[in-house]
Amino acid sequence: MALTDEQIERYSRHIILKEVGAKGQKKLLNAKVLIIGAGGLGAPAAMYLAAAGVGTIGIADADDVDLSNLQRQIIHSTADVGKPKVISAKETMESMNPDVKIKTYHTFVDASNIRELIREYDFILDGTDNFPAKFLINDACVLEKKPFCHAGIIRFKGQLMTYVPGEGPCYRCVFQSPPPKDAVPTCKQAGVIGAMGGVIGSLQAMEAVKYIIGKGDLLTGYLLTFDALKMEFRKIRLPRDTHNCAVCGDHPTITEPIDYELNVCEEK
Amino acid sequence: MGELQFDEQVDITDKVCPMTFVKAKVTLDELDDGQILAIRMNDGEPVQNVPRSMKEEGHQVLKLQDNGDGTYTLYVRKVEEE
Repeated sequence: MALTDEQIERYSRHIILKEVGAKGQKKLLNAKVLIIGAGGLGAPAAMYLAAAGVGTIGIADADDVDLSNLQRQIIHSTADVGKPKVISAKETMESMNPDVKIKTYHTFVDASNIRELIREYDFILDGTDNFPAKFLINDACVLEKKPFCHAGIIRFKGQLMTYVPGEGPCYRCVFQSPPPKDAVPTCKQAGVIGAMGGVIGSLQAMEAVKYIIGKGDLLTGYLLTFDALKMEFRKIRLPRDTHNCAVCGDHPTITEPIDYELNVCEEK
Repeated sequence: MGELQFDEQVDITDKVCPMTFVKAKVTLDELDDGQILAIRMNDGEPVQNVPRSMKEEGHQVLKLQDNGDGTYTLYVRKVEEE
């Protein structure tokens, strides 16, 4: 399908790029990305992907917009407080770019629904704020052979890595299992600097775009960490040996997604 | 002075920078490796920038022809990467 004159103008700064061109832009328009979590990470990621013309964006989140979200979750506005986050996010994205079809999932993503949920998407972004969800997304993506970008933010720090089936370690290869309850504070307890979601969520959007257009090197086999106070990025090479992983290894013991118990103070 | 044979043509005299290059590039993207695109453009900025941008993308600029009416025609052979 040819780009319309309006699309050529809207995406002109993409099309100019040698790595994108009209072909890359069409790939973006035909792509389907699912964002799990419409919060600090998901908000900027969703906005950049919508602006970029990713044709179908799914967004999953069970929460409503809270006043305390607005310091960092820039897809929501003051008038959205009390509204389901997925609805608020959809309205913002639709106003940014009518080319984009938004699918909303106003539900808790858990072991019972995640495999079916991710199945129709090309790339998944983990924008969640707790370890059970991060392992759930990882395991489901491994089982469904879906690429995804993990990220986490807390205080002045952030990290991300990308998993592509068959190309390097998954999140569980690196972190094995969720930490004991209360061993690690959540960002509710610990706080997070608002722009951190912008930095890391935008990097997740960047990974999704690169995956879709098929250019450059992804963070497969690497963990990128960012310390804002020191203003330091570190790209840490991860062990490539996935043989013993419980989900992506040679003899997996995890064959279905698991609902780990959520830390009590993480619950609403 | 015979004109070059070409496979496709595009007129970008209705555009200003950077949409000149964008319009030409969108047309070129539809062509196959080795095919030739004739691009009609205004004198001035397009003539300075579009040939250079085409070269930077790895395409082969064959000829820039003065049409004598304030426009030029640029002939570019598409070079597909890989």
